[in-house]
Amino acid sequence: MLNEEKIVQELCAKFNFLENQIKITRPRRIFLETTEEHFAQVFDFCIMNLNFKHLCAITGFDDCDKLSVMYHLSGKDGILLNLKVSVPKDKPVLKTVMSYFLCAEIYERELVDLLGFKIEGLPVGNRYPLTDDWPKDEFPLRKDWKSSDHMKA
Amino acid sequence: MHNSNKFKIPMGPQHPALKEPESFSIALRGEKIMGVDIRLGYNHRGIEKACEERTFVQDVYLIERVCGICSHSHSTAFVQAVEEVAGLVVPPRAQYIRTLIGELERVHSHLLWLGVAGHEIGFDTLLMYTWRDREIVMDLLALISGNRVNYGMNMIGGVRRDVTEEQAQDILKGVATLEERTKYYIEVATQETTIIKRLSGVGVLKKDDALRLGAVGPTARASGVDHDVRRSDPYAAYAELDFNVITDTNSDVYGRTVVRVKELLESYKMIRQCLKNLPGGPLTVKAPRKIPAGEAISRYEAPRGEDVHYVKSNGGEKPERVKVRAPTLANIQAVKHMLKDRYLADMPIVVAAIDPCFSCTDRLVSVKGNAGKNKKILTWEALRNYSVEWHQVHGIDFTELSHKFRTKMERF
Repeated sequence: MLNEEKIVQELCAKFNFLENQIKITRPRRIFLETTEEHFAQVFDFCIMNLNFKHLCAITGFDDCDKLSVMYHLSGKDGILLNLKVSVPKDKPVLKTVMSYFLCAEIYERELVDLLGFKIEGLPVGNRYPLTDDWPKDEFPLRKDWKSSDHMKA
Repeated sequence: MHNSNKFKIPMGPQHPALKEPESFSIALRGEKIMGVDIRLGYNHRGIEKACEERTFVQDVYLIERVCGICSHSHSTAFVQAVEEVAGLVVPPRAQYIRTLIGELERVHSHLLWLGVAGHEIGFDTLLMYTWRDREIVMDLLALISGNRVNYGMNMIGGVRRDVTEEQAQDILKGVATLEERTKYYIEVATQETTIIKRLSGVGVLKKDDALRLGAVGPTARASGVDHDVRRSDPYAAYAELDFNVITDTNSDVYGRTVVRVKELLESYKMIRQCLKNLPGGPLTVKAPRKIPAGEAISRYEAPRGEDVHYVKSNGGEKPERVKVRAPTLANIQAVKHMLKDRYLADMPIVVAAIDPCFSCTDRLVSVKGNAGKNKKILTWEALRNYSVEWHQVHGIDFTELSHKFRTKMERF
């Protein structure tokens, strides 16, 4: 059995609600989606039990009525596990993952600046990547934010 | 500013010791660094948003401009992700040519770094030597692609240009000279007392810290982290090449120097293999204008470390989402750790030692006007006028000079 398949099997054995939420798109690539409610335990299991110890990046999405986040976790044998979780757009709150990955700080600041997430537990610090005087209610990576609207002036 | 014998000094965003705009607020006690606060984002150009507003084909050219030094790294990482979503099988010859350009790019980047490192420690002879030699690889890249940077080699489904037998001979000749020079640099880096003494024990990042802080590339490998995407998650032609992943256990700036110079030798080995085993066949497969719905994530071992591109398509001709995580963003977080308890004079070389690229990291030059309730982004002309007025108010007026210059230019 391939390592990717073993990982999927372990995940499904531990969390049966994930059964239809996992796919191996190609060798060394696993994509899975979980609910806000189960996210913390799935995330913890992936790191502590499945040994995905390196956070490559965090991608944020504007999915219509939801805002989503995908954590790209790297493990052994070049396998990349991509874990997605969505939160309501009117309450886009997530907990920081800095207790697992210190390096998550800058990636989480990007989520705050570009998509308007609120990250609980993120220490006070500089904005990234937008300027200090960037309007607090404008999030450039939201789908309703069009750069053309801002270039007409 | 000072607080209980601690001074805070700002360094950047524009500073002679920094090659790109980034800002460090350094807490000092005497000459000792007690803490560093880093502010990034000065080069943020909104490329990810711009990608969503353009077609996949246009994005290839945009993404290539994320960075001037590792342009091929970004365009390859991007096209690989798009090709995966589209289910395209790229011809082997194109995969080899992508690898060949990727390694030539690594050679020019590492030689550039070695020169900058020499300059930062006051060893400008090394800067002159390495940048002279770097011209060889720049010429080779220009020979193949027509450009010294932004080679425009990649397209969705393959590469735009072939490598002829004649070009292959020129590359081999250039690589032979570069190899000889690199052996000399390895000797200099490992035997020259002043280099060893200046770089050893400076900017220390132990293996555990490198892993904990998510460092990548030569920065991590110089701390003993045996990880290279070319081996662990091979792409292009790397699965068919024989090469070693260079690591070092010095865990300091010296170790990072050794890793990069030794990696040059591995790159020459790979370039020769690419040319020797270059398969025949087409350079491209036809790619659809509309990319089927799907998502993919592509990893690329850029000269500075792992470059990550995520692409999501909704079935249209424009991507739904493009995400770029450049290696410097991963490494900059280790810099704070490296600088703690070091001396202020070490700062330029410690920052330079991660080979930072802030264009990559920040990926909109947008300047917002302050006037009125509805702040709008300034147009280029408005920004220029604002600058002219600001300088006039401060007693600097170039109107006459500008008029003279324009009149002269018109005569030509």
